[in-house]
Amino acid sequence: MPQDTQPHKWKIENGLNGDFIFKGVTILFAFSILAILLLMLYEMSHESLPAIRKFGWSFVSGSEWDAVQSEFAALPYLYGSVVSSILALALATPLSVGTAIFITEIAPKKFGGLVAALVELLAAIPSVIYGLWGILVMAPWLQKTVQPFLIEHLGFLPFFQGAPYGVSMLAAVFILMIMIVPIITSITKEVLLAVPQSQKEAAIALGATRWEMIRTAMLPYGRSGILGAVILGLGRAIGETMAVTMVIGNNPQISLSLLSPAYTMPSVIANEFAETTSKLHASALMEIGLILLAVTLVINVLARLLLWGVTRQSGGNV
Amino acid sequence: MFNNIRKSIIALALLAVSTVAGQASAETLINGAGATFPYPLYSKWFSEYAKVDPTAKFNYQSIGSGGGIKQITAQTVDFGASDKFLTDEELKAAPGKLLHIPTVMGAVVVTYNIPGIGKGLKISQEDLADIFLGKITKWNDPKITNDNPGVKLPDQPIIVVHRSDGSGTTSIFTDYLTSVNKEWKEKVGKGASVKWPIGLGGKGNEGVAGQVKNINYAIGYVELAYAVENKLTYAYLKNRDGNFVEPSIKTTSAAAAGAAKHMPSDFRVSLVNQPGKDTYPIVGFTWLLVYEQQKDPVKGKKLVEFLNWSMNKGQKMASALLYAPLPENVEKMVEKTIKTIKY
Repeated sequence: MPQDTQPHKWKIENGLNGDFIFKGVTILFAFSILAILLLMLYEMSHESLPAIRKFGWSFVSGSEWDAVQSEFAALPYLYGSVVSSILALALATPLSVGTAIFITEIAPKKFGGLVAALVELLAAIPSVIYGLWGILVMAPWLQKTVQPFLIEHLGFLPFFQGAPYGVSMLAAVFILMIMIVPIITSITKEVLLAVPQSQKEAAIALGATRWEMIRTAMLPYGRSGILGAVILGLGRAIGETMAVTMVIGNNPQISLSLLSPAYTMPSVIANEFAETTSKLHASALMEIGLILLAVTLVINVLARLLLWGVTRQSGGNV
Repeated sequence: MFNNIRKSIIALALLAVSTVAGQASAETLINGAGATFPYPLYSKWFSEYAKVDPTAKFNYQSIGSGGGIKQITAQTVDFGASDKFLTDEELKAAPGKLLHIPTVMGAVVVTYNIPGIGKGLKISQEDLADIFLGKITKWNDPKITNDNPGVKLPDQPIIVVHRSDGSGTTSIFTDYLTSVNKEWKEKVGKGASVKWPIGLGGKGNEGVAGQVKNINYAIGYVELAYAVENKLTYAYLKNRDGNFVEPSIKTTSAAAAGAAKHMPSDFRVSLVNQPGKDTYPIVGFTWLLVYEQQKDPVKGKKLVEFLNWSMNKGQKMASALLYAPLPENVEKMVEKTIKTIKY
């Protein structure tokens, strides 16, 4: 009975009060999470101060990264992270939404369940395994078949120029796409299941075909929830380190061509932090970490807001 | 109820204290951290040394040379390990006098993938630098073909692969390019991570080797041990005396023998491009870092005993693991330095 806990709130009987202790412990746990986050923010800002002081805004606008000369600027890394994630998202979203629709509406129940389980299984594969598969199987395949094809037929576009190396921005985009499909699919599936039956029945009663029902009644209803799923996928993609490092070619350059190598923020931290050559080098890597943290925090807040929106609208549990 | 719990906690604590104390009297735990390159050899040494002195227990964390330098400077470990020697500034930052103890040598080999061409492509110092600077772009460039009469090199672009992670291997390799090429020295310089003019970055030896294997007409650099174990095709490099030398344990050791005459007493020396007929040019020491004045007499004594063992018995195990042992004259010099450690 919830009311009963109120009078006991601050009263200590016989020295010990279970409710009081329990409340204290849970508050402690909850605040320790917050404290860890704040401590991390503080520590990272503190550590990156030398780089912030030295380079200021040019850190995010310049593209020179030279540990020997102690010149650091992060734009190529920011570019690599943002472009690889957004392109992966552009490929993964239709794939995931289509899969979710198939699971919830089209497939027979048992088969749909099997597909859903398989998709979620993809999420359980460690990212280093994706990376190994990427470098041993996918990159050679891209180099020998996909990239020569793109160069031959679409080479007039700036996006498909240069030599086929295999490891490239394109390889990173593909790996990320495979890695974020499970997240977007399973959340979209839940969103679609939250669409009220009455809404769907109403559409069918008006003479809609199954496709029209999905298009007019389900997708608009779950719109913001699906958007939330997409943003969570973006959060995963932008923070992915290992698999991307192994296939992206690790060259800090800004090139329109998807066939050329690139570099991302998490990758450069993982690559260089263990062997930093100076305090400023470590500090610059910390600042990249801070930028990455800021980007992921913004993405997560957006996702929360959107998910909150869809929960309120539907009244269901999403 | 609470009394019981309290009692059992106290009992457990006592038990823990007595076990730790019991262990401490029986064996000494010596902590070290640093370079990843010599890690396989060091772990072999520690397990073999456990048979010689079961009371000395070593705990080595291969966190990278940079980490090793940080840890020994902060005195959180009893010895550090590094593939690069400390700068004067770094030595000053340490709270006591740090000694460099060279243990073995490593070499960096240039590996390539040209279909139909096996190992032994001859490459001169200037050409190697020009390839990594992006100035020689084709395999059939006259500069390369002139050194390789009879080898039909293809009219294909050279694809350069380098390490993307900060590493001692990169440090030795760029040290070599800096010492043989002026333009490299000015434009790029040497270090664990540098600003590469061109190329793809692979993570670790396996990342570079994997990309060189997968991409036709690629060229990269890896550790000698890694190249031999994985049967990579590697180039013969022109040394200071003008000979093209195959990388091997023997030609690696020759580099230190060549440098012995001018060896500084603190062993802070780069071994790239050393004189000698059979000297392979891209070679470097790997060092252990220990304080001259040991804080803990028991640990200090055990550490010195181990260092002496590593110079005698330890050196003989190096070749089997594809590390180049120190030449005898250098070994003698190192033994003298070990004698200066006070505890």
